[in-house]
Amino acid sequence: MQFRTEVLDNGLEVVAEINPDAFSMSIGYFVKTGSRDETHDIAGVSHFLEHMMFKGTARRTSVDVNRELDDLGSQSNAYTSEEQTVYYMSVLPENQCAALDLLTDMMRPSLRDEDFQTEKQVILEEIAMYDDQPPYGAMERAMEAYFGSHPLATRVLGTRDTVTALTSEAMRTYHEARYAPNNLCLVATGAVDFDALVMETAIRTKAWKSSNISRELGPPKVQSQTIGMVHPPATQQYTLEFSPGPGYLDPDRYVTRVLGSILGDDTGSRLFWDLVDTGLADTAVAYTQEFQDCGVFGIYLACAPDQQTENWARIEAILGSVLESPVTERELDLAKNKICAGMILASERPSNRLFSVGNAWTIRRKYEGVRDAAEHYRQVSLDQVQQAFLKLKDRQRVLISVGPE
Amino acid sequence: MQQSFYQHRLANGLVVLGERMPWLESVAFTLMIPGGTCRETTPRAGLAGLSLELSQRGAGPWGSREIVEQLDFLGVERSSTVSTFHTTVSMAAMARVLEPTLEVAAAMILEPHFPDEELEEARQSALLELSSIEDDPAQKCFKELKQLRFGEVFGRSSLGTELGLQAISHQDCVDFHARNCRPQGSVLALAGNFDWDQFVKLAEKLFGGWSGHAAAEPSPVLSHRGSTHLQHDSQQTHIALAYDSVPYNHPEYYRGRGIVGVLSDGMSSRLFTEVREKRGLVYAVSASSHSLKNCGSVLCYAGTTSARAQETLNVTVETIRDIRNGIDPDELSRLKSRVRTSLVMEQESSTSRSSQMAYDWVYLGRVPPRQEVLSEIEALTCENLVEHFLKYPPQGWTLVTIGPEPLEFADAISN
Repeated sequence: MQFRTEVLDNGLEVVAEINPDAFSMSIGYFVKTGSRDETHDIAGVSHFLEHMMFKGTARRTSVDVNRELDDLGSQSNAYTSEEQTVYYMSVLPENQCAALDLLTDMMRPSLRDEDFQTEKQVILEEIAMYDDQPPYGAMERAMEAYFGSHPLATRVLGTRDTVTALTSEAMRTYHEARYAPNNLCLVATGAVDFDALVMETAIRTKAWKSSNISRELGPPKVQSQTIGMVHPPATQQYTLEFSPGPGYLDPDRYVTRVLGSILGDDTGSRLFWDLVDTGLADTAVAYTQEFQDCGVFGIYLACAPDQQTENWARIEAILGSVLESPVTERELDLAKNKICAGMILASERPSNRLFSVGNAWTIRRKYEGVRDAAEHYRQVSLDQVQQAFLKLKDRQRVLISVGPE
Repeated sequence: MQQSFYQHRLANGLVVLGERMPWLESVAFTLMIPGGTCRETTPRAGLAGLSLELSQRGAGPWGSREIVEQLDFLGVERSSTVSTFHTTVSMAAMARVLEPTLEVAAAMILEPHFPDEELEEARQSALLELSSIEDDPAQKCFKELKQLRFGEVFGRSSLGTELGLQAISHQDCVDFHARNCRPQGSVLALAGNFDWDQFVKLAEKLFGGWSGHAAAEPSPVLSHRGSTHLQHDSQQTHIALAYDSVPYNHPEYYRGRGIVGVLSDGMSSRLFTEVREKRGLVYAVSASSHSLKNCGSVLCYAGTTSARAQETLNVTVETIRDIRNGIDPDELSRLKSRVRTSLVMEQESSTSRSSQMAYDWVYLGRVPPRQEVLSEIEALTCENLVEHFLKYPPQGWTLVTIGPEPLEFADAISN
């Protein structure tokens, strides 16, 4: 496994984890833009733009783009989060150049108004689809309530109103600023021909101009609050709590991830044994969500509406039990084994490595092989986990519950 | 595409399959046993799932909690599922812990404790899981479609019914396991980095003492046409649609699957292009091949806001029927390219490979080598695909919709 990196003249970075023995290779453009970079009037533009990137370029119609993606036999897709938009393809190594040509061309889309209007309907369908599933509404509302005036409060999909009002001109302006070469990173994993990758990318992106872009950073001002929401067709009650957690650059994140696994992994954790294994709740999990400048520690409960109060009291008791039930060596070992084995098993596919390598490089500017990455978890001590557990006692939190009444 | 494939039958009838993938650090195995929902007894719908759940709450030397801890200690990723004909347990781990991992799986099969005192908790979990799909209309739509299309015995959901789950006793779970969890008709498929001779010895040691035949399977599967609408206060109408096709063990299966590929594989597929790209009617639309023994179907899904639901259904059905007017050579070439790539990439995952081998065995009684699958795909032509479509045209339609308004579709109305 070899890691290589190169910065092109226009500022575009190309990085690769090369495994000459792999059967496939994956490439992806990691764009440092997401819903947190949007102003209120264009909320949802990053995600809408992600859809529009498949709609054709100066050299290709939208039909050509879709056909070529399939011609290459690729497994390809894209996603948008609060902080990044990623376009990726997995192909056989002999298709590296063709895949690069297509994906690079896609980064400079035509954004034709007719396509824009048709795709707007697809986005509105996606919003309607999630609206019909009550847990999603609770998650979006929890982000808004927790982050308040902080940019991370913006919904990734936007709202029906903001998407309806969005114009293709506003999208074009956003694209020009955010898809500049100094805000993109081309990441590749697997059986990569790196020299060819760099050379071919340089040729295809020669005309790309860098731009002055920035991102507003800083911790959110969290105010504890409890919000109830009603979704009459719901049959279950969904409860979500957010409290402060480490960000993606915080060295404490490994400790908190291990604590999250001990307290609330979907199997074998304290919440699992107390609520799920006993049939009191359908789901009871704890997890961390990390961003560039901050993070959240989340608790999620799904159960029958009439059991919500009692179940939540049980969760509170578990999260507050640091003194009477401190974390044991056995719990720590099991959590570490589970996390590390999961990482190594997943790493066998270059398509999975693409996201680990891409995220670590674009956010932390760091490369780590999977075993080095697993070592961070191995190093977590019982005392560190216990200290993180102790902090949960006085956490500030936003609590949202949605159900039929 | 070299393959090193092994097979062995234990004296008790258990079939052991192996494919070595020495470039991986992992191993994965899939154990399929004949304990599916079609063997449940009326009215105990949900018995297969509850019996499986209880068999995992303590087995061999491990108590309920110790099983989970042992698997976590070994770093094992696992899943267990119930389908119409089988109960399946799958595990993946680093190659060096294959033996202790397989020991846990064998204990669940051969020495489950079936703790009486945990039945109520397992039942409550199952009831919660059943009611949670009420909030997931797309999933509910397919559950209803299966029931309508395949009837009482073969249309059962693995989640069971409230009535069924409430009726199940501890003895029912024990009996279900004893009747169905038998080596005859079971298969253990291993893929990844292992030594075959050692593995056969291990399988003999752990499963050699297992014995018996599973109870006979119910009569052949038949599909029923018909339609139903479930009223739901939602923005979208969810459409689940099925029609007759050829099953996995049919000589023309790859032609049927090829047509589904033209319809739904990839972003240039016809359904994606016609329903989503050209008209913007949906976010999600898809078709897939589905087999229940000798009964083949194509299952389709589309979700759209209610005002556009009728148009979505009409365009979906018309797009399917339009196959009769021909397939473009480019469409076929893209299809072949996708299959070639996915066959190569299958070699990157021990989990995918072990589950495919087990599935092939229970459906075909053998595991076709990759080269054979590739030859089948290369033999597809635009002409033989259309010929197949005309020979097995879409008919026997079943339609389920969930949303504010029912839709009209004359072909799915029962005679």
